[in-house]
Amino acid sequence: MEGVTGRGKYVALAVLLLPSLVGMGAFYILPIVSSLVLSFTKWDLLTPVQWIGVGNYVAALGDPAVQQALRNTLTFILGYLPAVVAGGLGLALLLNRKLKGRTVFRAIYFVPVVTSWVAVSLVWKWLLNPQYGLINYGLALIGIKGPGWLFDPNWAMAGVIMTTIWKDIGFVTVIYLAGLQEIPENLGEASSIDGATPWQRFWSITWPMLAPTTFFVTTISLISSFQVFDQVFVMTGGGPVGATTTMVQLIYKNAFSYGQMGYASAISWILFALIFAVTVAQNFLQKRLDKSDG
Amino acid sequence: MNIVHKSIAALLLMTAVSSPAFAQQTVVKYMTFSAAPDYIEELDATIAAFEAAHPDIDVQYETAAFGDYFTKLQTVIAAGQAPDAFEVNYENFVAFADKGVLADLGPLISADTGFSTGIYNPTALAAFSEDGKQYGLVESFSNVVLFYNKDLFDKAGVAYPTADWTWKEELEAARKLTDTANGVWGDFAPIQFWEFYKTIAQNGGAMFNADKTEVTIDSPQNVETLQWMVDKVAKYHVTPTDVEMAGQGDGDLFKAGKIAMLRTGIWMFGDFSANASFNWDIALEPGNTNKAHHFFANGVAVSATSANQQAAYEWIKFLTSSKEAVDIRIKAGWELPAVSDAAYVQGYLDQPKPESREVVFQALDTAVTPPVIANWNQLTDIVGKELEAAKLGQKTPQQALTDAAAAVKGIL
Repeated sequence: MEGVTGRGKYVALAVLLLPSLVGMGAFYILPIVSSLVLSFTKWDLLTPVQWIGVGNYVAALGDPAVQQALRNTLTFILGYLPAVVAGGLGLALLLNRKLKGRTVFRAIYFVPVVTSWVAVSLVWKWLLNPQYGLINYGLALIGIKGPGWLFDPNWAMAGVIMTTIWKDIGFVTVIYLAGLQEIPENLGEASSIDGATPWQRFWSITWPMLAPTTFFVTTISLISSFQVFDQVFVMTGGGPVGATTTMVQLIYKNAFSYGQMGYASAISWILFALIFAVTVAQNFLQKRLDKSDG
Repeated sequence: MNIVHKSIAALLLMTAVSSPAFAQQTVVKYMTFSAAPDYIEELDATIAAFEAAHPDIDVQYETAAFGDYFTKLQTVIAAGQAPDAFEVNYENFVAFADKGVLADLGPLISADTGFSTGIYNPTALAAFSEDGKQYGLVESFSNVVLFYNKDLFDKAGVAYPTADWTWKEELEAARKLTDTANGVWGDFAPIQFWEFYKTIAQNGGAMFNADKTEVTIDSPQNVETLQWMVDKVAKYHVTPTDVEMAGQGDGDLFKAGKIAMLRTGIWMFGDFSANASFNWDIALEPGNTNKAHHFFANGVAVSATSANQQAAYEWIKFLTSSKEAVDIRIKAGWELPAVSDAAYVQGYLDQPKPESREVVFQALDTAVTPPVIANWNQLTDIVGKELEAAKLGQKTPQQALTDAAAAVKGIL
């Protein structure tokens, strides 16, 4: 942009940004605005849109299906989030040591992250197969009769959670690895000289220094786990007996199977409000922690 | 996934449109579920025969599995990319006709000299009309009967099922046929919505009263019926549980010789004839107090927004009533053509497998049509979920049906 000044600069900028603005407008902003408008209407996709005010929101708040989906989503988060963060951190600590072939391990752990959800879900569906799956076979070898996994309403969510942890853990690991590299080595050395055990070193240096990374990883994982869909869609379709019907699965059903676009949009916005509130709360908490530390 | 499919379809379409060879032809886009995956060759052959007779029309098709079909169809219609012609089953026809997405075929039919709808079975054709307008041509019938593995019956020394069997005889036979050590199950009927509305009719029950203003899902005879369905799995263990089936289809287990009696559709004839290495036949389904059999009808409609309605009409007429199409259909066992000509019916009966093909027509005498309401997909999901809860022992049949009735009242 050197040499271009004043209005010319803005015109040039606008022209350069145009392609991505058009894409973003057409595929993000427009759908977001339309879904907000649609959430106040009744629309079955095929006949004209009818304005019904806040009716969808009122109905959604009293709908047992929404409550069940919300419960299932929270169950997923409780099972998934702590495990993926702790597991990712553990792996990062391991891979941060001067191991032989650690770049290879880092690559291996990252492969699932870049694999398509459909492929991962299908493979795990087989691994979790109660009769012919590798997991129940392994359990049988040590004398445990494996559960029905995706066919059992009490175990289906556990199967989905395991799959998701396996796929996402590499991502968390990579972020933590980056965070670990940021910690100056002399801190660790100094504490060793002072006679700190590795355990003490972790809790008083590594963990606090990783706080921003932990915050980032938790926020990103929390948001994505509120939106869990692909693996559920492929692995269980929300069953058995609705045990894995999550919020987005319910939105999809209402929109594309029941032809209730307005209602589905309203649930989407309720989900948005929820994610937004949780993220703001998390942010606030993080800032307070920072202050008390500092 | 849908986006990928759509963009692939769009790409294919663009190449087809831009290639000069097709330039002077009218393209008719057709969407179907009944052809995939087992009858693609037959569809190709039908299209080839049609295009030979109509060199100016090029039929391009897209298939979707039944489970995804109506979601996909509804979405492409809403996106303004409706195929020119598409299949609709009887259950979904009413909703599509009400929403004004189907073209009224009346003017096209009356302008078509030399063609009479008298060629179709009149009852089946009437299923695809609404408010006196013909919105679709009837393509095929199908129903569900009792398939049985003769070799397993012989081995267990059990007499083959007959038309006067009831649930009692069925259960007795199933117990003798079940051979847990070899993984052979005596009987299989899925516990799901479609099986349920037919099975309750076998016990004199129904989902709704006659004019569909009242929900009767939780009637005592329906509770008794569901109890019977569940007992075959949990109490008598003549039917495998979901975990024991481990994701394998009932048809696959039957083909593998692991199920002695299977209630399934006549659309399996082609697959079983080609792939089952044992003797099998069909019989009427046993009932309790009544005989009852499923009845399904598929029709084909023309999109109200199609620019090529005439060409699309020519295609669906050919697909549903031409001698070529009917012959291909009969030969492959691709459901039953809905034409009334006795010669066609004879052609169907003359096919070698299964031996007792007349059962397919006998079953029509006790046909139960699907309990269609406007919110069809919600009905099937709500009831399906409660049936699943009963199947897995989470709820008693009474409780599951009471809950289903309460939920269905809300969508009627």
